[in-house]
Amino acid sequence: MFGDYSLGDLGSIFVMQGFAGLILFSVYVLMALGLAIIFGQMGVINMAHGEFMILGAYVTWMTSNLFQTYLPNLFSGYFFLAMILAFVASGALGMLVEWVLIRHLYKRPLDTLLATWGLSLMLQQAYRSVFGAREVGVELPQWMLGSLHVTDSIEVPINGVFVMCLTVLITVCVAYVMYKSRWGRQVRAVVQNRIMAGAVGINTEKVDRYTFGLGCGIAGVAGSAFTMIGSTGPTSGQLYIVDTFLVVVFGGAASLLGTIASAFSISQTQSTLEFFLSGSMAKVLTLLAVVGILMLRPQGLFALKVRK
Amino acid sequence: MSDETNKGLLSPLRRKLLMGMAAVPAITMLPRASFAQTPATSAVNTTGLAVTDTEVTVGILHSATGTMAISETGSIEAEKLAIEQINAMGGVLGRKIKFIQEDGASDWPTFAEKAKKLLVNDKVAAIMGCWTSASRKAVLPVMEQYNGMLYYPTFYEGLEQSKNVIYTGQEATQQILAGLNWIAKEKGAKSFFFIGSDYIWPRTSNKIARKHVENVLKGKVVGEEYYPLGNTQFNSVINKIKLTKPDVIFTDVVGGSNVAFYKQLKAAGIDLSKQALLTISVTEDEIDGIGGENIAGAYACMKYFQSLDNPNNKTFVPAFKKLWGEKTVIGDVTQAAYLGPWLWKLTVEKAGSFDVDKIAAASPGVEFKGAPEGYVRIHENHHLWSKTRVGRAKLDGQFELIYETADLVEPDPFPKGYQ
Repeated sequence: MFGDYSLGDLGSIFVMQGFAGLILFSVYVLMALGLAIIFGQMGVINMAHGEFMILGAYVTWMTSNLFQTYLPNLFSGYFFLAMILAFVASGALGMLVEWVLIRHLYKRPLDTLLATWGLSLMLQQAYRSVFGAREVGVELPQWMLGSLHVTDSIEVPINGVFVMCLTVLITVCVAYVMYKSRWGRQVRAVVQNRIMAGAVGINTEKVDRYTFGLGCGIAGVAGSAFTMIGSTGPTSGQLYIVDTFLVVVFGGAASLLGTIASAFSISQTQSTLEFFLSGSMAKVLTLLAVVGILMLRPQGLFALKVRK
Repeated sequence: MSDETNKGLLSPLRRKLLMGMAAVPAITMLPRASFAQTPATSAVNTTGLAVTDTEVTVGILHSATGTMAISETGSIEAEKLAIEQINAMGGVLGRKIKFIQEDGASDWPTFAEKAKKLLVNDKVAAIMGCWTSASRKAVLPVMEQYNGMLYYPTFYEGLEQSKNVIYTGQEATQQILAGLNWIAKEKGAKSFFFIGSDYIWPRTSNKIARKHVENVLKGKVVGEEYYPLGNTQFNSVINKIKLTKPDVIFTDVVGGSNVAFYKQLKAAGIDLSKQALLTISVTEDEIDGIGGENIAGAYACMKYFQSLDNPNNKTFVPAFKKLWGEKTVIGDVTQAAYLGPWLWKLTVEKAGSFDVDKIAAASPGVEFKGAPEGYVRIHENHHLWSKTRVGRAKLDGQFELIYETADLVEPDPFPKGYQ
């Protein structure tokens, strides 16, 4: 298929395709990080993850409207505030949900699947009632649109670069919190053995609530960032949920590094296959590969060594 | 779309409803003579439909919840507006239209069940409804079994024709061919890149488009790509577009994917004022979510744009906005849905009866001069004769009319040479 093209063309396409893969990788990591904490660390199968993301997107939309109406001068910077608000809103909702629903289900992890699925339906209808059934368009400041012009044929999407930077930042923060901070140690202790952790004086309820809140908050930030590349509507969260679980499960549920490795391998496979085959075929082959590997390694790419 | 507009949506209707209820006792007190022009119920309804001396019941069957609510909301609004206007003019054969609204909930078996409920329990005289082809296919056997009448608003892939359905949207050839001819002539386009969502409508439409490009326009299709519904990452295909440098990108991507596609196209530095793009899946409704700045410059091939400059449309748009809020936009399908109740009314009056068999027989040749898109007429195959138009998306989310066919285009649901 490359016979007709010049070497320069091909070179720049490979560069661009490399970027496409990296952007997809960042998107996968960003959407999976929150779930990696909630599902990976806490064992809660959170089917409402997408809806927490969309809450972040709606918060971004509202912030953008507020800025346009009241602070048009500061519009170019509204996105940063919007992401913080998205984190707070989704995190707060997450903590509320944990308190009302999830904490009663820690001993029955499979039931969280149904409970959070119901929750996702309720949230979707709530968004529809509050924001209307139609999609909303989130207006972005001018500097976030368009692309960086590198050479005549190489152009790098600015929103892609933005998502990449954001992903790196959040991943570093999460890794620090989970593996270096005192609180992270408590989280891991509670995950490994809830009763013993309580016995040595860790307030397990509080740890659970904040962990769930953190996971949902990160989902909110992801949702906020995705207003740049995707749609914002009551059911848009459903677009992400399958890929998110795929990444987390394939990576090995309890491992942050696993999530990153799995996001990388899935995104690169998909993006390369998409280029050589059609979109639907690429998806099929990627899923087949994942299923195949999971049959050989049911625990995912990286597994935590624990005594069962 | 804040809750403020939602209240705006409800209140006029509620007011109308209250007024209607207040009028009921008054109607019964009217002297019998006022019914002199109204034909007797036994004469216009021989099959036991829900028709009384003062009222006739129709069904509205769309998804008010679920994924498809995004698209179907506009159709519901348009149908209610049409019914209200018809009632204000005195109704159909002297009878006010009452509607029963059912929610298909974006679930195809639910659509079939609700259609059956409307026909069997409520005995509605007609159903305005369905949006996706999947929901129509689910409802079709029910309509045929219980002999109902469906007015279906969406542009669709064709390859269907039923006594029990009137298709008020365009079938594929009506929508696509004139647009391709125009862009080939206007832009001298020779190479086309097709990209669509992976289900029946885009695949059928692209098949027709490919035959037309290769056999009639003598052009070349340099790529044909499908992505799963709901896909949100298009960077790879955008790179392929950059590599193949087509004269025209021809798209039928739908739903949330649509938004992602145009945002990423813009982010990848493809300037739609230089790169021609022709879409058959973006109306004013979709631009609301995509954002005018992401799609400005693209061409859409439809039969109706909100910005159309004709007397009918100039009364239709303000009436729609008055009822549903200043911010609502009206897309192609919304307009087609608006035609449903009107065409039904005109057909009933032509047939002089509410009976479904008589309506089905009387439908061909029914003309509606008040359509916002301009004059339309029902063809023998139960589709509409209508014009094909090309519009160019502007920053404010509206289309500017660039081209329209001189004559009405004949509907051809089973196109020869295109299958």
